[in-house]
Amino acid sequence: MKILEIIEPLSLEIKSCNQNIESPFSGAYVSDLLSDVMAKGNDGELWITLQTHLNIVAVASVKGLSGIIVVNSRCPDQETLKRAEKEGILIAVTPLSCFEAAGRLYKIING
Amino acid sequence: MTPRAIVKKAIEHGIDIIAITDHNSMRNIPAALVCAAGSSLTVLTGMEITTSEEIHVLALFDSNNFNIEFNEIIYSNLPDIKNDVEHFGYQLIVNSIDEVLEFEQRLLISSTMLDLDSVLDLIHKYKGIAIPAHIDKEQFSIISQLGFIPEGLKVDALEVTRNIGIKETETLAQRYVMPVVSFSDAHFLTDFGNKSTELYMEEVTFEEIRRVLSQVVLI
Repeated sequence: MKILEIIEPLSLEIKSCNQNIESPFSGAYVSDLLSDVMAKGNDGELWITLQTHLNIVAVASVKGLSGIIVVNSRCPDQETLKRAEKEGILIAVTPLSCFEAAGRLYKIING
Repeated sequence: MTPRAIVKKAIEHGIDIIAITDHNSMRNIPAALVCAAGSSLTVLTGMEITTSEEIHVLALFDSNNFNIEFNEIIYSNLPDIKNDVEHFGYQLIVNSIDEVLEFEQRLLISSTMLDLDSVLDLIHKYKGIAIPAHIDKEQFSIISQLGFIPEGLKVDALEVTRNIGIKETETLAQRYVMPVVSFSDAHFLTDFGNKSTELYMEEVTFEEIRRVLSQVVLI
């Protein structure tokens, strides 16, 4: 599935690396502990979180994640977005809660 | 754990310097300063601040210029959630003879709405020392919340829990090129003296602590 296909159902606003919307993703991991994502995140997954710190870009990059969905309309600061652009990490913001975003995505992927 | 009992216990243990670091509040520090006045004990003004990422950061200040403004800023950035006494107990503010002056109503254990960088900037703006707390813990530590120590982090030292031995502490100090300290994190009087950090200082002043931390030589 491509990120492009979930922009509307998850009300995503793409904040960095818009060109990556054509990229495929395999599933998603939900966590607000970056140490946990380092341990459990898988290559090609999207990451749903409320964290906006600069370190999210490095974690996504190291783990080969397909992108980061930041929930509750929390907006990453300019430095985070700048680094994401540089590292080729797509960041999207949704007004949905973690539960709602993950639930909708689960439904789309698993029918 | 009233300020009077804390000061008495610290003096009994022969401790020279303690810091009082309640969660997101400094309101019991004035009583401790009164209790320690004229004694051998130096009490530092402090706070254990919770950032919006749920990282605990220790802030230490010179008690000679006790700054109520800093406390106000943190307080105004705490969500307006009422303390649930059944779950969290009473949040007492007391004087130097253990009399209750006030029950703090707002829940102090909440996260502030300030992110890590804002908290560090704020501590330094008020001429404090900033130390991410218990970095080896699986909750509320900079490493659990952010995965690793961000590059160029503006802190004065890192704190590890008393479970970390001297060898591992040295390894961490070398890895991060930063002083690593450890304290008793005393939540009960029986915790006193469980762990301490020795600093070789020329005089017992806050600025001397800062100088010593900034001049730690890593071998």
